[in-house]
Amino acid sequence: MDEILVHESRIAVPYAWSAGEVLSRFLKALRDERKILATRCPSCRKAYVPPRKTCGNCFEACGEWLEVGPRGTLLSFTQALYDSPAHPRPSPIYGLIRLEGADTALAHLVGESKLENLRLGMSVEAVFSESRSGSILDILHFRPAS
Amino acid sequence: MAKRVAIVATGQTDHAGNRRDVTGVELIHEAVARCLADAELTMKDIDGVVIGNMDHFEGINGVELWSIEGTGGIMKPTLKLTTGGTTGSTLAIGGYHLVASGFFERLLVVGWEKNSESDTTGAITTAFDPIWDRLVFAGAISGLAVEASAYMERFGATEKDAARAGVRDRRHALNNPHAHLRKEVSIDDVLRSPMLSDPIKALDICPRTDGACAVIYACEGAAEKICPKPAWVWATANRHLYSYLGDAQWYPLRSLELAAREAYAKAGIREPLKEIDVMELYTPYSFANLSWIEALGLAKPGEGARLIWDGATDMGGELPTSWACGVLPAARSTSRPGPCAGRATGPSTSGSRSAHEGLWPRSRSCASPSSTRRPAAESRCPTATASSGSTAPTRSCSIFCA
Repeated sequence: MDEILVHESRIAVPYAWSAGEVLSRFLKALRDERKILATRCPSCRKAYVPPRKTCGNCFEACGEWLEVGPRGTLLSFTQALYDSPAHPRPSPIYGLIRLEGADTALAHLVGESKLENLRLGMSVEAVFSESRSGSILDILHFRPAS
Repeated sequence: MAKRVAIVATGQTDHAGNRRDVTGVELIHEAVARCLADAELTMKDIDGVVIGNMDHFEGINGVELWSIEGTGGIMKPTLKLTTGGTTGSTLAIGGYHLVASGFFERLLVVGWEKNSESDTTGAITTAFDPIWDRLVFAGAISGLAVEASAYMERFGATEKDAARAGVRDRRHALNNPHAHLRKEVSIDDVLRSPMLSDPIKALDICPRTDGACAVIYACEGAAEKICPKPAWVWATANRHLYSYLGDAQWYPLRSLELAAREAYAKAGIREPLKEIDVMELYTPYSFANLSWIEALGLAKPGEGARLIWDGATDMGGELPTSWACGVLPAARSTSRPGPCAGRATGPSTSGSRSAHEGLWPRSRSCASPSSTRRPAAESRCPTATASSGSTAPTRSCSIFCA
């Protein structure tokens, strides 16, 4: 077969996504106070993490803020054993954590535990990063609660 | 037999260079909430949602899902339409088709853009072929400059001619309280503004804008119950032309000519200049106002500038164009559905980059919210909108009548 040429490149477009006023408050609380905040819909009473400005179901402004966690329940998890440049760390353990006081689960990393020691429904807690910049990764990961 | 369809409500955000106070989802919700309020409906009354933007402007590829809390589309049929710079028109046309088909009675169509979040030229370049054009030609401004230069050489049009059109659009923007740029400029201001890509200067091109627009389409039977004077869609048409930049036909603009001809034929319009009352054009830069109105059949080849100098396209003229401000001052959001003015995003109103043909403010597509409530001077009062991609491969026309 004749040689087939492949053009290799990458899309390099800079982005600057605004977190807006609501998510900025959430991120600043993580960065400055190590607190995890939620907002509650006045209609269905659901507490959202990350916080929402508006409840997508009720279309009501979620004006009530509350602190949730830092403990929560591990609703599900898995470990990615294949390589991808998209993984945030090698062989990451991904988890869905419903923080105490929240009605939605937060997708995040699970660490400081071997996979075989994790159980569905177990209690986990947030571990905050020492150097925080106002990002969801200011929570380093969740680990089994002490 | 397709059903008759009208735009019965519109909502748009205030367009600005940077809406840092909100995320894209929150911005979308602002337009949706205003549109629902305009219609006096809630999401329970809406059968489905269509949303569009130029996705590489925000770098979110699953916009229909990501935005669902903003659009209100949770557990409703939700579709995404995106055709780059003509997304607004595509939304306007696609929404119309979906309702005309009889499958939807009341459809929410949303266009949006947060151009502040990316590098516009870098993002637009991702629409080009990765092996050929992307390596040797970047962005919309340069593509438009090539179009303008070819037209000027052919007909002797001048930068001053284009500036006159730009001055008009920025003056018309004062009619739209939601427009991004609401300040009059003079011809000298345009001519003295910094050169970006010869012959396009800073005041010849639309700004990068953050904004969203939403419209509700309803079919005959439902429309009259929502709005006392629905803006009925008479015709839509669109044409695509080429893949590579070198294949583009810079003049005449065959795609826009054929789209316009089809739309006029469907609406029974023989002399658009005389029969159409207002026209909202997605003209992202001032020079487009010269050649594109020729493709739309308003002037003979090379005579577009004269029509503009004569004042025919000014407010109070024979056929005011971009009366809700067009794209130039409004914003460059591409995705406005419907008749609008502005280049922002959404289907409806005026100005996003997609296809609009309508009357209101935004990107290239539009449907306009407020136009639906505007009393018609006479029973037949067609308004037309036209849009095209920034480098000319795609053109659309729509004609509305209230």
